Amino acid sequence: MSDKTRLPVNAEAIAEKGWLQAHKYLLLRRASQLFFLCLFMLGPWFGIWWVKGNLSGSLTFDVLPLTDPFIALQSLVAGYWPETTALIGAVIVAVAYALIGGRVYCSWVCPINPVTDGAHWLHDKLGLAKGWQPKRNTRYWVLGMVLAASAIMGTVAWELVNPISMLHRGLIFGVGFAWTFVLAVFLFDLFVSRRGWCGHLCPVGAFYGLLGTKSLLRVSATKRAECDDCMDCFAVCPEMHVITPALRGKSDETPLILSPDCTNCGRCIDVCAPNVFEFTHRFDGREAPARPARTKSQPASGASRAA
Amino acid sequence: MSATTKRTPKSPDRRRFLQDSARAVAGCAVAGTFLAKLATDARALPAQAIRPPGALPEKDFLAACIRCGLCVRDCPYDTLKLAELGVDGAATGTPFFTARDVPCEMCEDIPCVVACPTGALDHDLTDIDDARMGVAVLIDQENCLNALGLRCDVCYRVCPVIDEAITLELSHNERSGSHAIFMPTVHADKCTGCGKCEKSCVLPHESAIKVLPHRIARADSAEHYRLGWEEKDAKGGPVVDGIIDLPDRLPGPGTDNLAAPGGYEGGFEPAFKLPGTGAEVTQ
Repeated sequence: MSDKTRLPVNAEAIAEKGWLQAHKYLLLRRASQLFFLCLFMLGPWFGIWWVKGNLSGSLTFDVLPLTDPFIALQSLVAGYWPETTALIGAVIVAVAYALIGGRVYCSWVCPINPVTDGAHWLHDKLGLAKGWQPKRNTRYWVLGMVLAASAIMGTVAWELVNPISMLHRGLIFGVGFAWTFVLAVFLFDLFVSRRGWCGHLCPVGAFYGLLGTKSLLRVSATKRAECDDCMDCFAVCPEMHVITPALRGKSDETPLILSPDCTNCGRCIDVCAPNVFEFTHRFDGREAPARPARTKSQPASGASRAA
Repeated sequence: MSATTKRTPKSPDRRRFLQDSARAVAGCAVAGTFLAKLATDARALPAQAIRPPGALPEKDFLAACIRCGLCVRDCPYDTLKLAELGVDGAATGTPFFTARDVPCEMCEDIPCVVACPTGALDHDLTDIDDARMGVAVLIDQENCLNALGLRCDVCYRVCPVIDEAITLELSHNERSGSHAIFMPTVHADKCTGCGKCEKSCVLPHESAIKVLPHRIARADSAEHYRLGWEEKDAKGGPVVDGIIDLPDRLPGPGTDNLAAPGGYEGGFEPAFKLPGTGAEVTQ
């Protein structure tokens, strides 16, 4: 373990790049989450009806229909063929996320993301153990279960419990006791399972992940040769297994993070002092030589520089 | 054979795979059962929660509605609400209204139906008079002022389909002996279930007339019964050929054939006489 791994996460990036640059994508992401929430709140709060509805389905400027494709899919397997408006809306949303990365929804739009990020922040502060860690593929099982339940019960099953729509619809139309679902997710992530909900269980995330399997926008460890093993990217990444193949790949292996689990949150770009990561597209064919093999007696150059 | 030695290192992987799969399947089965239970509960729509015009039957509605609330937004009278968890009884996030609070104003252009992106509110509904959100039922005939012989008439007056969906049926007021009762009477084939009658009922708190879902308010017609008078009309004559149609026995003097004027041949006398009946008067 180098001295640097004992530094607080992101400390070195702040020192190198400045606080703002070291939180760039985090701030942009929070701004984006707030932006999408405010779009929907403009109507109920200020009477400006640019956007009507909620994340399940909406109408923008009275012309653009948008529908959550996952809800549309549940409707379809439940045996109901929706009107064209809803289907067009679902296709528009699906195509958009298929291009920019399905789980961009998770990190840039979903209102539950700040909740689970908050839970993780507190989890870190309290120094809690990671707790129950279900297998990564559990979310696909949950996804299958939801679709099966929808088909068997003939209903949009996940909307009975979906904390995302409970929160989003609750903020816009009145929440009732739906906040209990949000609190449950927070407590689950805080005490039961680190990064448990978004990272392991949520079938909405699983669906959007599959949707963005071939998406264009990708994070790439382009300058992986300069990695100094500080491990900050692993510490901040909500899906840390996606980093390894790209960062630790050999020279002939792609530096692109191609896992559908990556949410394109860009936090790894923020916290990396040597700027290893960057946003690029999936056809980026630039050379990205792997870093030279190291031994314990030959620490990375960056580590000694920092020390 | 070497196969036995080769199988040994494979086995832990296969065992782990089977264990993981079994665990996932069991977990999903538990969670899925829970979800199915919720789905069943969600269908139990309370009687007072009325769906918007054109809503599909409840089971189909829950497969079609995406809980976007666009119908709520386009309702000009703020009649519709999205059900809140633990507060309203309807499935969370689905639109409904409570007639006693805000009834449906029956807009001619039906904006809620137009707004629905999925067709959970059926776009084939273009004439609001064809809406069947529920059916009004005069449920408390003991407190209804009209039923008591007074002239309230409010439910009848506010009905958008007045004289068709609600009529006032005249009958004798037995209590006073000299007045009429104007009974508000709902005709389900015309009632849209808008709830304006329920909203306007002058009784405090609960209304004497309530909009109920068809599933609660309406019985199936007795199809195994053939209604003689309808069959006769349809046939244009007696249903059974050659049957002798005897005069009906009706109460009152002059019609009771036991007390027919002149009596029967042989001086037939009734076995007993009731005081105050026609029999006594005529003989």
